[in-house]
Amino acid sequence: MKSVIEARGLTKYFDGRAAVRGIDLTIPAGRCFGVLGPNGAGKTTTLRMLLGVSPPTSGELKVFDLPITSAGREIRARMGVVPQLDNLDPDFTVAENLRIYGRYFGIAPVALNARIRELLAFVNLADRADSPIATLSGGMKRRLTIARALVNEPELVVLDEPTTGLDPQARHMIWGKLRELRAAGKTLLLTTHYMEEAERLCDELVIMDHGKILAQGSPKALVRAHVEPEVIEVRGDDARARALLSGIRDGRTEAVGDTCYFYTRDARAVVAGLEKSPEFTFLHRPANLEDVFLRLTGRDLRD
Amino acid sequence: MLHIFWLPRFRYAAGAVWRRNVLVWRKFFTPSLLINFGEPFLYLLGLGYGLGLFIGEMMDMPYLTFLASGILASSAMNTASFEAMYSVYTRMVPQRTYDAIMATPLEVHDILAGEVLWSATKSLISGATILLVAAALGAVHSWQALWVLPVLFLTGLCFAGLGLIMTAFAQGYDFFNYYMTLVLTPMFILSGVFYPVSSLPDPLQVAVQILPLVHAVDLVRPLVAGQPVTNVLMHLSVLVVYSVASYAIAAVLIRRRLLI
Repeated sequence: MKSVIEARGLTKYFDGRAAVRGIDLTIPAGRCFGVLGPNGAGKTTTLRMLLGVSPPTSGELKVFDLPITSAGREIRARMGVVPQLDNLDPDFTVAENLRIYGRYFGIAPVALNARIRELLAFVNLADRADSPIATLSGGMKRRLTIARALVNEPELVVLDEPTTGLDPQARHMIWGKLRELRAAGKTLLLTTHYMEEAERLCDELVIMDHGKILAQGSPKALVRAHVEPEVIEVRGDDARARALLSGIRDGRTEAVGDTCYFYTRDARAVVAGLEKSPEFTFLHRPANLEDVFLRLTGRDLRD
Repeated sequence: MLHIFWLPRFRYAAGAVWRRNVLVWRKFFTPSLLINFGEPFLYLLGLGYGLGLFIGEMMDMPYLTFLASGILASSAMNTASFEAMYSVYTRMVPQRTYDAIMATPLEVHDILAGEVLWSATKSLISGATILLVAAALGAVHSWQALWVLPVLFLTGLCFAGLGLIMTAFAQGYDFFNYYMTLVLTPMFILSGVFYPVSSLPDPLQVAVQILPLVHAVDLVRPLVAGQPVTNVLMHLSVLVVYSVASYAIAAVLIRRRLLI
């Protein structure tokens, strides 16, 4: 399969502080590829390098087989970007935002008008075409930003935390739109720290921290490779829960605050034991990407 | 890193940025035109007629004409400076408009070229309205006054470039007060807008020749008064050198600020 993005030893320093430390990435065409990581992991810096607005300190970065350092214009012409912070033009209406943006790509007026109608219908904003930006909800703004990223019919769409700060309805709608884009053959690259989002959307993903890639694979493969398949979360008296869980050999315990996480291949015995002790509140669930994420990046708070 | 010294590449890209600003301006057409008309009208009526009554003639022309030509040049300076500082800063920092534009094929150079062209266009618009007001008040003496318009456009380019240099360093709007108070206001007072430079003390007369506004005034005044223009090439050269040099410096600084 043809790859859309190729990075080798990609490195970025800011005043001697490393933000990205020599990452290798190969992102195949037509896939939804995720970059997961806590705040400060180097996700946004990596995306900025892809846009050509942050020159790499060292390493090689090619998009569409073109070097980013010399072909930024050509690359960006074939790419759409949904930034983390909305930067819609507040001086304009919904449709005007798309028109102005289309002009930056040099799209002819007639083609642009047709494209705007299509895009507004795609993101369900056709009836808001003449609304000022200030009157839109957070979800509408994000949908418009997605429409704007599609104005040049890009082959690659890059989304930096596309659903951060949105309510569940808006998130689900955006997920649906992203799946449609993926089905239409576009390559999607998204960063997120919502594991659920990554699990639902991504064919493949990398987990980054401290500027390095810690793991790569499909969500299912990552869960299989890095954590036991079942998890029991026990809330309540920490010492007693520990004592109860430490008696079981096939498993691993992690205590965080007032909760014990017990990872195991077979949870039946533990569940049976816990059901006899009404002082414990517990949850038995399959392991997910969040468990992998926390295992790899640790539970320390990030700012 | 020689490419950072490239001069503006005026193409559709800069035009797209220019057109964006035209579209915003059109939305606020009535209030902005009112301001464009109102301020010079007050100056010319209040100072031109009021002071003019006592002064009579200055440099072989009615004081109203003398003042109108000075106001034409200084308003080109103020308009372009304001646009290149406050408006550009707004689009660059709080509004993040440039972040959005930099995700398109446009580059920093295209954005800045568009902004400088737009700032000069605004100088041209404000100049044209003042010229109309001045003509209505009988202060314009010849059709050659229309040559004032390209001169004001050039004056706008010059002060837009200088304003962009300030914007490159600005961490907030307050920063622009230094430039306004320490550079623009003294220039406004000393460049022969209200009285001839020749009435300044000798050493100061020489010193003010480095101020671009002096040269803009020297070009505009005879054009409005219907007198022959002298030293055209020298005056134009000063404005052109300021425009090109300030743009080149601003482009390097703003690239360094945005491409991190």
